[in-house]
Amino acid sequence: MNVQAWTFVLVGLSFALYIGVAIWSRARSTGEFYIAGGRVPPVLNGMATAADWMSAASFISMAGLISFMGRDGSVYLMGWTGGYVLLALLLAPYLRKFGKFTVPDFVGDRYYSQTARFVAVVCAIFVSFTYVAGQMRGVGIVFSRFLEIDINLGVLIGMGIVFFYAVLGGMKGITYTQVAQYCVLIFAYLVPALFISLLMTDHLIPQLGFGGTLADGSGEYLLDKLDGLSRALGFDAYTEGQKGTLDVFFITAALMVGTAGLPHVIVRFYTVPKVAAARSSAGWALVFIALLYTCAPAVAAFARTNLLTTLSNKPYAEVPSWFTNWEGTGLITFEDKNGDGLIQYVGPAAPVENELVIDRDIMVLANPEIARLPNWVIGLVAAGGLAAALSTAAGLLLVISTSVAHDLLKKGIKPGISEHTELLTARIAAGVAVCIAGYFGINPPGFVAQVVAFAFGLAAASFFPVIILGIFTKRMNKYGAISGMIAGIVFTAAYISYFKLVHPELNTAEHWLWGISPEGIGTLGMLLNVGVALIVSYATPPPPLPIQELVEEIRVPRGAGESHELSA
Amino acid sequence: MSERDNRHRYWLKNLRYLSFLLVVWFAVSFGCGILFVDQLDAIRIGGFKLGFWFAQQGSIYVFVALIFIYVFLMNRLDKAFNVDEGDRLS
Repeated sequence: MNVQAWTFVLVGLSFALYIGVAIWSRARSTGEFYIAGGRVPPVLNGMATAADWMSAASFISMAGLISFMGRDGSVYLMGWTGGYVLLALLLAPYLRKFGKFTVPDFVGDRYYSQTARFVAVVCAIFVSFTYVAGQMRGVGIVFSRFLEIDINLGVLIGMGIVFFYAVLGGMKGITYTQVAQYCVLIFAYLVPALFISLLMTDHLIPQLGFGGTLADGSGEYLLDKLDGLSRALGFDAYTEGQKGTLDVFFITAALMVGTAGLPHVIVRFYTVPKVAAARSSAGWALVFIALLYTCAPAVAAFARTNLLTTLSNKPYAEVPSWFTNWEGTGLITFEDKNGDGLIQYVGPAAPVENELVIDRDIMVLANPEIARLPNWVIGLVAAGGLAAALSTAAGLLLVISTSVAHDLLKKGIKPGISEHTELLTARIAAGVAVCIAGYFGINPPGFVAQVVAFAFGLAAASFFPVIILGIFTKRMNKYGAISGMIAGIVFTAAYISYFKLVHPELNTAEHWLWGISPEGIGTLGMLLNVGVALIVSYATPPPPLPIQELVEEIRVPRGAGESHELSA
Repeated sequence: MSERDNRHRYWLKNLRYLSFLLVVWFAVSFGCGILFVDQLDAIRIGGFKLGFWFAQQGSIYVFVALIFIYVFLMNRLDKAFNVDEGDRLS
């Protein structure tokens, strides 16, 4: 069978699986719709969290990014995993003990303030929409490349699938679909990685092949060969960093703290039965994430080596078929500037001009073809990319629908509505959110890539500090929390907008504050939030006694709500 | 000892575990992977420079270990201070 037939079969089978799971696990109450009834076993919740968290960006883009960034790519590797340590140690157990449904729930109750709740809702919705637009776009790219369907039709099919299980199944449907999606995506990521590792280094385990010697009999280490190749072609050595140390520090911290503050990740810890389960479930989530994240840098190094050896100084007339296929999508462009018929793929330090531009996003998708793996492996990668994008999109849509139905309507504008109406509103909100996300997938705003910095920056500068301070200092009151959140958000948003939207031409290291890029500024925003919150809080009266008792109460596991339906 | 005292001492012990684990967390990622990466790169293990390995592999393994150590410590602590949730599963 050819690649396209395999892709149709594998994508079709995986979609049938998701729909089957969704029908089997549909939600019947708001408790099930928002948090799967609080009965998800920790290992399964870990898997669902991993699928929820690993988006099209992790699956499709990350290894490609690292492959072009070399050591600097470690900001993503450490940043997107280290946050789970913070989640497990500082957030998950206490939020589970607190119970309820959402992050704005905690902020609103702990700070006894509708204003605080409202600020949190707005942040949650903004962060989630930013993210979901990118996922829908990822679905479109996979469809158009592998199934040769129009990119817009691809987005529509993706919307249809997500609509079906998010609207029908709520959190319960999403959780069990995400478990299935995790299995599909990790299998699809590991199979080509194992193959390539075996081909290039004779090690079956990519994490070992990464540090192993090449299989060509030269006895040279893969990373040494890659450093040598890169230097010879005028690129920077792969294992050396180019970014400033302080900037790397701040970006990593912003990604870690941002991860721990993302509402669709936090809400997953409400779905487990006990406080102890929330702790171990964060551990399992990281195990499942680490499986992909320790493999990705190896894949990046393999792909980079393969790319440099396959293309550099080869005649354009003899390029392999994957090259021509991707040229068709416009993601690879070649211009024979010196007219010698050869491909000069070189870095800034080389004496000749570079003639080849490769989009970073195609590295993972093209990797199996570059390494000449069997057709079914290529189809599998397509199914995995879709699983990653759909699972994340569904988790985000749920946060949006919960925020609208629960935080805005039930806890805000119309507290008297029945559970039935609330559930219906949540479903309608999920449906509307799917359509808006689809619209952005079809007509991506030019600044999608830029606003991702926003999502992490804002999560880091808003949610993370208020939640941590709310748990670890009893003295923190609503004045401190609100002024801290506003200071953090305004500072971070202003800094990012200035460099990304208002003056993109000034977005270089010499104009940045202390050399901190907009990607890393969330860390400073977070520190500002903490500082302002503490000062304002100690200058104003302490929170009421019942609130201080609430804090005492969430610090110990005993007495966690049995079932959320009772307290809802 | 009063219930309030018991909870207070439980919380202090928890904070002590947290600070120890977070120091390790900071040391492997921000320490070995970022601040001292170039110094560690002088040491080689197989094909890896040590700093590079910490930045792209080692820190992630340590993160996983830290969470499970915390789970173990806290489960023991919950029982010792009698604030655990029992064996209820649902």
